[in-house]
Amino acid sequence: MEDQELTQEIKPPVSTKGPGRWLKENLFNTWYNTLLTCLALVFLFFAFKGFLTWAFTEAEWDVIPANFRLFMVGSYPKEQIWRVWNAIYILSVLMGLSAGLWGGLIFRFAVALSGVWFISALLPVELSTRGWCLGAIAMIAVSFFLGRGRTGLRPWILGGWILSFPVIMVVLRGFGENGVLTSNWGGLLLTLILAVVGIVVSFPLGVFLALCRQSNLPAIRWVSTTYIETVRGVPLITILFMGNVLIPIFMPGLDINQVLRMMIGITFFSAAYMAENVRGGLQGVPSGQHEAAQAVGLNYAQTTLFIVLPQALRSVIPAIVGQFIALFKDTSLVSIIGLIDLLGVAKSVIANPDWLGLQAEVYLFAAVIYFVFCYAMSYASQDIETDLGVGKH
Amino acid sequence: MENNSPTTVSGKIPFWRDVRVLRVLFQGIFLLGVILLLAILYRNMLEGLRGLGLTLNFNFLQDEAGFDISEGPIAYDPSDTYLKAFCVGILNTLSISIIGIVCATLIGLLFGIARLSSNWLIRTIAAAYVECFRNIPLLLQIIFWYTAVVAQLPNVRESISLFGGAFINNRGIYLPSPEPTSSLKIWLWFLGAGLLLAVILYIVRWRQLQQLDRPGFPAKWALPAFLIVALCGWFLTPGRPFTLDLPALQGFNYQGGMRFTPEFSSLLIGLSIYTSAFIAEVVRSGIQSVVKGQREAARSVGLKEGQTLRLVVLPQAIPIIVPPLTSQYLNLAKNSSLATAVAFPDLFHVGDTMMNQTGQSIPVFAMIMVSYLVMSLTTSAAMNWYNRWITRIGR
Amino acid sequence: MAAQENALNDPIIICEDLHKWFDDFHVLKGITTSFQKGERAVICGPSGSGKSTFIRTLNRLEEHQRGTIIIDGVELTDDLRNINLIRQEVGMVFQQFNLFPHLTNLENITLGPIRVRKMAKSEAEAVALSLLERVDIADQAYKYPAEISGGQQQRVAIARALAMEPKIMLFDEPTSALDPEMISEVLDVMRELAHSGMTMLVVTHEMGFAREVADRIMFFDEGVVIEEAPPADFFDNPQHERTKLFISQTLQH
Repeated sequence: MEDQELTQEIKPPVSTKGPGRWLKENLFNTWYNTLLTCLALVFLFFAFKGFLTWAFTEAEWDVIPANFRLFMVGSYPKEQIWRVWNAIYILSVLMGLSAGLWGGLIFRFAVALSGVWFISALLPVELSTRGWCLGAIAMIAVSFFLGRGRTGLRPWILGGWILSFPVIMVVLRGFGENGVLTSNWGGLLLTLILAVVGIVVSFPLGVFLALCRQSNLPAIRWVSTTYIETVRGVPLITILFMGNVLIPIFMPGLDINQVLRMMIGITFFSAAYMAENVRGGLQGVPSGQHEAAQAVGLNYAQTTLFIVLPQALRSVIPAIVGQFIALFKDTSLVSIIGLIDLLGVAKSVIANPDWLGLQAEVYLFAAVIYFVFCYAMSYASQDIETDLGVGKH
Repeated sequence: MENNSPTTVSGKIPFWRDVRVLRVLFQGIFLLGVILLLAILYRNMLEGLRGLGLTLNFNFLQDEAGFDISEGPIAYDPSDTYLKAFCVGILNTLSISIIGIVCATLIGLLFGIARLSSNWLIRTIAAAYVECFRNIPLLLQIIFWYTAVVAQLPNVRESISLFGGAFINNRGIYLPSPEPTSSLKIWLWFLGAGLLLAVILYIVRWRQLQQLDRPGFPAKWALPAFLIVALCGWFLTPGRPFTLDLPALQGFNYQGGMRFTPEFSSLLIGLSIYTSAFIAEVVRSGIQSVVKGQREAARSVGLKEGQTLRLVVLPQAIPIIVPPLTSQYLNLAKNSSLATAVAFPDLFHVGDTMMNQTGQSIPVFAMIMVSYLVMSLTTSAAMNWYNRWITRIGR
Repeated sequence: MAAQENALNDPIIICEDLHKWFDDFHVLKGITTSFQKGERAVICGPSGSGKSTFIRTLNRLEEHQRGTIIIDGVELTDDLRNINLIRQEVGMVFQQFNLFPHLTNLENITLGPIRVRKMAKSEAEAVALSLLERVDIADQAYKYPAEISGGQQQRVAIARALAMEPKIMLFDEPTSALDPEMISEVLDVMRELAHSGMTMLVVTHEMGFAREVADRIMFFDEGVVIEEAPPADFFDNPQHERTKLFISQTLQH
């Protein structure tokens, strides 16, 4: 008895914060805060009232389900849609396995994704689509249980993620005439592909440029700096136009279609920003690390590969996620050139005489999709940042 | 390795092992590669141009442009040269950028400070504002303002009237503008005198503060003195220095006053709101990074809330805020090129038209890039200079 | 003393008229000296006197601009082969440890042997474990540097340098960044190393260690060696005013 009493922890006094107390502290603590609160409430009331009235009485939301396929995949042929689902399944398997192996953030994303598929299956969609959705949930769930606890698989899964990029590209494209021409890629699918290509391909390029800019050989440093600062000094739209207009002039004979030209433009643009992000990481590696590596006898390549890059890249992951978000939004610029990405689809739907005057509904829908993706990614980036901060070796 | 005499004497190192030679060699090969790449591109370009029947020069700039530009700060006529058309584009880019920067800064400051408010509701609204507008592509926002808001405004006959002097309709926003009158000159004399007085008072006060060896605000006398003289001048001048030119309905449209076109307005709204969301974050994190300990230290020395903010928090927060703020300004200037989506005749849009008309894509691209680069580089240079200055006086 | 006698015919490091500038600042103003195989030299002096720069020039972390350095018969020039040879023969321990934070302690030690000496991984690990045993922290092999104390980190750093089987060990203020209670564990390791016959150049303010272990003490001031002597002479009978002042100031602490 006595022992128990001794070991019993002394708990802090229970704070007596009722809802009334909270309101007083956070909304009405001074006269001007009270005033602000009242003004804000009035503003919110009218804003919500106006919006909800519009959304439920005036807005014609029919335009969204009627064009849903267009928003998602553009003019991707219906009979080839299994390619998209296969790509989704590849990602689902990897995601499920990763969720099982690492848990945490990836697990939460996997659950959220399953939720999205589940809700999609409940919506009034075609039977086949419903089947594909449920299949995706099954994929995630099965691979989650397969991957659970098998830490030995981790390097394989990481390799799988890297390999998934080219594999998915091939799956989406298919071969020759029987496949799906890149000019038929569209909607959210195209937006995502452009952003992913922009980040993935620009990564090695950016690392190379950053290393060049940090080099102690002046000629190499100048060339790299000139490239980076030139690209960062001009708007993306000029780079995209240049890709569109100048690639055929500079590379005659090569038949490069518009989607590819945009990919090239975005990659070259993104590489300059990637280089600056990576450079930030390189500068964060203390000079003592270089010295120690030299003292051990490592040469430049070894020092860079085994000592500097592993430390630098780890610290720039949040910045790269931030860049990915920016790029994801920036891909909307391809709609100016004439590609039918998510924004391009929105524009073309409005131009359709059947759906005249529905700008607000259509753009709002596109905005919500963009928002959900960007917000999810910035949420992930904050999570990664805390993870890196805590488990910093 | 066991020999005791030096294996080499300086000067007799084989070149493939000599660090100095290797450095030069490596750079040479690198440069050669870059030059080779550029040469190939150049050759391809010449061939491509020959195929299109074009030659590479800037002579076309002196030709008559032949296309109209809907708006601009200087008078322009389709019979003017391409060069002048391009200049109008540059001026339009500059004006939208500068006005946009002012608006974005004001809105951003407001929401940045609101995010630090002790009022939960205000804080939450500000956070929602920031998250909402920075996570949606700017282009989508601009098009939304243009097609779903500005274009849906009532027509000219049913204009929304504000205070009887400002009108909003789907042709644009009409505001009263001040028009200088003949008595402006007299008032300018008053202003000059006021400025002189202010400078004298400033110096006197500054000297006095130095002699007293006390901190103070040297413009304490100068500022009110200037305002008083300016105000007196306003009333003493016969007539008024300015009259208000009110927009008025004439025929099918409003005439007089200042007009913001729908294109300009929606671009300005889009740019300002989008950038303000980022500026709000810059301001918030800048102030928050001046750690709590600094504030507590200031309070423990006995500084009042206002003094803490003025003497401790802001001097430390401003140098942190300025660099990311500048890069936001640069982003805004570059993003103004999205004007082309709503056909506002900015630098890029005018350039695009020029390319379509003349086919001279390469020279025009060069001009566009150089224009943007000059803007970016001068701004960065100014910021670097400011940074050095602020860190020097900060110490 | 014994070291100095056989030394005359067997110098392992020879420096002649060594000069070094940082921009306009003349850091080393003509250092001429030599160190014998197995010699333990302690280098001391006020901060900014060039003592750290001096030992850093010996494995090319800093480039000397005039004069010659010959280490174990190899002249330190712009010859890449010579630089690599010398770096393999000279181990270095830093003030801030400079362990690689993303590698385990064991991997820190095996990196050099595997990548530079092309040793098999299993062999390198065996060597590393025995070295960790020698510096008395074998139980920390699979931890990361951030998870162990400063004294332990510095001992790992010593083991890392030893893994390359150097003929010479350079210590750049190895205990200056340590909490007082951890200094002795590092000094113990260095003492043991000294008794094993390793050639050691140590920049340090630990005068007790210097008196006990060193064969010779060199006193640097403003880029020149103003006094060098065996510890007994150096501490009990300093010749220069600067040296006397330095000794009295250091011993006060």
